[in-house]
Amino acid sequence: MATEADLVGPARQAAAEPGTSFDATPTDEQRMLVEAVRDFAHRACRPAARSADEACSAPEELLATAVELGVGALGIPERHGGVLEQRSTVTAALVAEALAEGDMGIALACLAPGSVATALGLWGDADQQAAYLPAFAGDAPPVAAIALAEPRVLFDPLAPDTAATRTPSGDFVLRGDKSLVPRAAEAELLLVAATLDGAPSLFLIESGAAGLTVTPEPAMGVRAAATARVSLEDVLLPATALLGNSDPQVYRELVALGRIGWSALAAGTGQAVLDYVSAYVNQRFAFGEPISHRQSVAFMVANIAIELESLRLVTLRAAGLAETGREFTREAAIARALASRHAMQIGSDGVQLLGGHGYTKEHPVERWYRDLRAAGMLEGALIL
Amino acid sequence: MINLETPTKLDTLTYQANMAALHVLRPISRKYDRAEHTYPVELDGLAELVAQANAQQAGMSASDTPELPESDAGAGGTINGRNLASLIGLIEMCWGDVGLMLTMPRQGLGQAAIRAVATPEQLERFGGKWAAMAITEPEAGSDSAAIRTTAVLDGEDYVLNGEKIFVTSGDRAELIVVWATLDRSAGRGAIKSFVVERDNPGLKLDRLEHKLGIRASDTANFVLENCRVPKANLLGSPEITTAREGFAGVMQTFDNTRPMVAGMAVGVARAALERTRELLEEAGVPVDYDRPLVVQGAAVAEFIQLEADWEASRLLTLKAAWMADNRMPNTVAASIAKAKAGRVATDVTLRCVALCGTLGYGEDELLEKWARDAKILDIFEGTQQIQQLVIARQLLGKQSKELV
Repeated sequence: MATEADLVGPARQAAAEPGTSFDATPTDEQRMLVEAVRDFAHRACRPAARSADEACSAPEELLATAVELGVGALGIPERHGGVLEQRSTVTAALVAEALAEGDMGIALACLAPGSVATALGLWGDADQQAAYLPAFAGDAPPVAAIALAEPRVLFDPLAPDTAATRTPSGDFVLRGDKSLVPRAAEAELLLVAATLDGAPSLFLIESGAAGLTVTPEPAMGVRAAATARVSLEDVLLPATALLGNSDPQVYRELVALGRIGWSALAAGTGQAVLDYVSAYVNQRFAFGEPISHRQSVAFMVANIAIELESLRLVTLRAAGLAETGREFTREAAIARALASRHAMQIGSDGVQLLGGHGYTKEHPVERWYRDLRAAGMLEGALIL
Repeated sequence: MINLETPTKLDTLTYQANMAALHVLRPISRKYDRAEHTYPVELDGLAELVAQANAQQAGMSASDTPELPESDAGAGGTINGRNLASLIGLIEMCWGDVGLMLTMPRQGLGQAAIRAVATPEQLERFGGKWAAMAITEPEAGSDSAAIRTTAVLDGEDYVLNGEKIFVTSGDRAELIVVWATLDRSAGRGAIKSFVVERDNPGLKLDRLEHKLGIRASDTANFVLENCRVPKANLLGSPEITTAREGFAGVMQTFDNTRPMVAGMAVGVARAALERTRELLEEAGVPVDYDRPLVVQGAAVAEFIQLEADWEASRLLTLKAAWMADNRMPNTVAASIAKAKAGRVATDVTLRCVALCGTLGYGEDELLEKWARDAKILDIFEGTQQIQQLVIARQLLGKQSKELV
């Protein structure tokens, strides 16, 4: 029997209207939101970053403030309590970048739950939306995360090893391992990628499902996001757990939106590096003058600025195409290529410019070096 | 509102420029690469068309007010004006051929310098003419404040003496904008630019260079020997400023011209990427943007990395030109665009040659030519290293005497 939700159909944010003029100016609304987020990132996240990195956990009060700021609710349709009529991938990218200026791991912890809400908004059916989205729009949204990456070399997100099979009654059984899933231990809801009938597909799994085990999986960086291994041993799921009907286009878009997310985070951390080293090289004296008077030092800073602005523009262009409903996976792949190569170089140069001091925990550049390796390498975990 | 797509109102211009590049420039690309110093007569007709098209573009005449009518400002009041339109046309033409574009009649960078500071009377006399820029000297390249060519007032004329090298289109242009100092001891503030008619008897062609690339474009060296120009040919103020202001004014020309040179780099690099992709696909190696680079072949992975850097250079360049249209200070943005696009074009074209093997290196394809043409774009209008100095000084708050 059809439910009321079925009769109404799923709620969707409309595609944003494409602009006709070239314009690099954010709207006033974007500027205000980003300023608030950046202020939070600098004043609250940055000071907490070192201990969060060591504890492999983001402080509760920071996560609560991020919820108040609304950073995870941009993708929730209005009917389910969201605030935006239209898709807002550009705003989400600006927010992710601003958060990562504070700390990439804390930013990932803040953004992971909203990523599942965004996926439900984009591809959930009416029942799935009705079941989960109102809670995501509330004051205490559930912890949730996307589980895409797998623990193996040459991982291809379009061909996950995690397997989904159908039972005779139309349910699903999932089997496989997922790697570096943010906040998985406390997550109430996971969106898991698995191959069903040869097609990469997405499944909603609630915590407590039999056969689901979560073990801590700390990594080189983004440790504040409490990354964990998720193991699925014949986890039985109802037919309603399938999100997006194994539509290959849905899956491609999810992967690409993840790439935009990681690129935006990389741009934010890259900005943190640029600001930090710019001040440092002017203060640090060697041979009787600031080291910034040497071209080999100054040009490294110039190159950070060049590649950072490159990454930012390419990421925002991909986001702009996505929110206006146009093809964007090429642009997302290109943003990822830049993050993988140049953002990592920014991280490396950040340590280099501080020399031995940069190698110690007295300065944040060693953490940014570790975090920036994630951008351009990890797939999924967050989408915008 | 952030929209990083090219403006829809320039779609027609883009198409027309692309057609001209494809049907006029590409077919004669190799011919004039081989026949260096031969004037490409095929360009005369095209130059006429371009002049007509420019005249039709509202607000894009040779006036000094680039603002478009109110109706042309997009949502939020952003202006997509002459800088962006010129840039987009230039990218297409350089996708065709950088050397031929540089020698297009009446398209020289000298007009940018004239437009930036000319009086209405000077615009009347010089506007629309083919103008070249003469800045570099044998002993003053990147250090343009060190130029030695002198200008001495004698009655109603200035008398110019010195030597100028690397003057693009110097032989073919109608006007040469010459940088000279009114007083060598007075530093940057004494450097002024003067419009010299090409047929001035005091302006003596020394020789034309033989070059690595852009061989369709003539590069002239001149000797100025008691070259007399009317007082009214001095661009800007004749006052010697003690501060750096006067020189800063001259340097501001670069804020508009550096994004254009970056655009040239974007155009030629795109040509190489497109041809390389065709050859890869003919060889059964399709480019897949969805799958990770690590699970694709090395050629595809390299191609996507090159395309990523190219896309970045394109967006940086569009943004720098857009800032100029909107009268935003864009010195750093212009240098960032020029630095990125210059090195990316060299890198992309050279790697495309390597990706295509002997096909890329041989003269049957244009790939090797594009790799030779591209190198100049990381040198003229400020080398890679000069752009990095500009960026670093600004970011780090350094004077030129501190960060040399």
